[in-house]
Amino acid sequence: MGVEITVDGLVMTYGDLRAVDGVSFTVAPGEFFGLLGPNGAGKTTTLEMIEGLRKPQAGTVRIGDHEPWKREPELQRRMGVQLQSSAFFERLTAREQLDTFGALYGVAPARTDEMLEQVGLVDKATIRTEDLSGGQKQRLSIACALIHDPEVVFLDEPTAALDPQARRNLWDVLRTINESGRTVILTTHYMDEAEVLCDRVAIMDSGRILELDTPAALVRGLDAPVRISLAPGALPVEVARVVAGTDPVEADDSGTTITTRDPSRVLTELASRDALAGLSVKGASLEDVFLELTGREYRA
Amino acid sequence: MRAFRSLARAMLKGFFRDKMALFFAVIFPLMFLVLFGGLLTDRGASKAEVIQIGPVKVLDSIPAQSKASIAEGLEITRSSDERDAIRQVRKGDADAVVSQQGDRLVVRFSEADPVKAAQVQGQFQAIVQAANIAATGAPPQFSLAVDRVEDDSLSAIQFTTPGLLGWAIASGATFGAATNLVVWRRNGLLRRLRLAPVPTRSVVLARVAVSLTIALVQAAIFIAVGMLLFGLKLTGSWPMIIPLLICGTLAFMAVGLLAGAVAKSEEAAVGISNFVVLPMAFLSGSFFPLDGAPGYIRAVGSVLPLKHLNDGMLDTMVRGEGPSSALVPMAILLGFAVVVTAIASRLFRWDD
Repeated sequence: MGVEITVDGLVMTYGDLRAVDGVSFTVAPGEFFGLLGPNGAGKTTTLEMIEGLRKPQAGTVRIGDHEPWKREPELQRRMGVQLQSSAFFERLTAREQLDTFGALYGVAPARTDEMLEQVGLVDKATIRTEDLSGGQKQRLSIACALIHDPEVVFLDEPTAALDPQARRNLWDVLRTINESGRTVILTTHYMDEAEVLCDRVAIMDSGRILELDTPAALVRGLDAPVRISLAPGALPVEVARVVAGTDPVEADDSGTTITTRDPSRVLTELASRDALAGLSVKGASLEDVFLELTGREYRA
Repeated sequence: MRAFRSLARAMLKGFFRDKMALFFAVIFPLMFLVLFGGLLTDRGASKAEVIQIGPVKVLDSIPAQSKASIAEGLEITRSSDERDAIRQVRKGDADAVVSQQGDRLVVRFSEADPVKAAQVQGQFQAIVQAANIAATGAPPQFSLAVDRVEDDSLSAIQFTTPGLLGWAIASGATFGAATNLVVWRRNGLLRRLRLAPVPTRSVVLARVAVSLTIALVQAAIFIAVGMLLFGLKLTGSWPMIIPLLICGTLAFMAVGLLAGAVAKSEEAAVGISNFVVLPMAFLSGSFFPLDGAPGYIRAVGSVLPLKHLNDGMLDTMVRGEGPSSALVPMAILLGFAVVVTAIASRLFRWDD
């Protein structure tokens, strides 16, 4: 199980706008791959070309031996897609949605119960989709994508517009979906999500891939300083400046913060002075990488 | 096949659970049937109200058997206040005042209602003629026999049911296809289905099957209500309405697909559908016959598909024409369906 996906030189332009401008990458069988970027970066258009909803103007996509834009049923049976969470039949219950999608893929009706179980919607089986919460709809939508046990799964911003609890709840479902060796491509604009779920992440902006690596390597590559904070009064500011050496020190009512690229030296010094009270260490996150790459100015 | 069945089942469930759609497809047209059925039942027997002042010999001396036939056209009440009676005619509360001055029968009427005015004059002409002949003592030489060319059972309901049913089916098919297309495009289900290993024709055929089922349900309910409540009588080749319905549904689904392809929102789809179907229903004689309408209105009507659906239904349901009378309307409806579907598929989009 698990299929390799090869994307090579994809281009899609709308008028003057180069929505996707030469995107290439390879997703290994069984890999959980993330496409990360701000709104309008070209993630969704890229995903649509990979799924076969759009034919690339230039470049190729291969999923196993298939070119997806030909929309061969043989490939589609091996592909699971989760688009918007609203892509349901009107006024059907959760169970009826799964039954209907199952029938489209020629799946035995017993799968419906398995899927309800897997995404934790057994007690919502008889509720109409319109009456489910945002998180429940997303879980149902993912269940509909997995009903035929596909080898490749595409998830387009599955946690958009969910509250923090619902997002984390959904991560638990998403973490399990490539356990059986499925290849997964996910688009998101949440950094923490990509960090938690993805084996590798491509950061996109303006139709191009800016970086592509594991989340940890991306953060390391950023070479961002670590912020070490102490509770107010844990250490006199003068002493903190001595400990910090050339690193900057900020002190205010909420405490003292040393920003350093050599956290182990600073922490050792602090420990030797028994000044670890209320200590917190904050390293760079994928978010910092992202902002570093795509810029900090607000884009609506 | 399983995909087709399960899609059709999903759409049918969706329709029958949508109380609003159900209301507009079934109850709303039925309200018109009940309204027209009730309104038009005694239109043929509508009487002129006449106030008689003082004794009027020709009326008072009419033999009993003639009285019944006069009572069909005139409803006579007596009054002694002539001034008040004339005022009532002016106001439209009564249609004429009749009194006798010597040998002259004086009838005063209002031209405000020309139909009633003519009816009153004609009736009294006839009464006076009959009285004159009777006064000569000779038996009448000529007699008049009247006979309607249609079946004796023909009443208002016979004409209203086919037209209203045609309208119900046209709007049901148009609205169903238009909103379905827009909703599925907007919620992403169209794209989702496009990525499922199901041929597009299965999706289209499932929608056609659902629309046909709805049309047949509409027809069954319409005919049942017409027969049970208003004495509708089906004639001759009425089963031909089934193939007619199928062709009509296809034609108006095509209109709906076009509306759905153009519209960006569900509201717009409903608006466009209304804009097309409602004027068409008037111009096609769904609500009232167009026999008295100006030539240009009838000319517009004759190019509208609903007009042909209505004609076909009238011919086969109540006019007692043979099954072949449905063939030309069916051909026109199918041709219309093909042309409009071709245009709609040009404008069709999978996503916004």
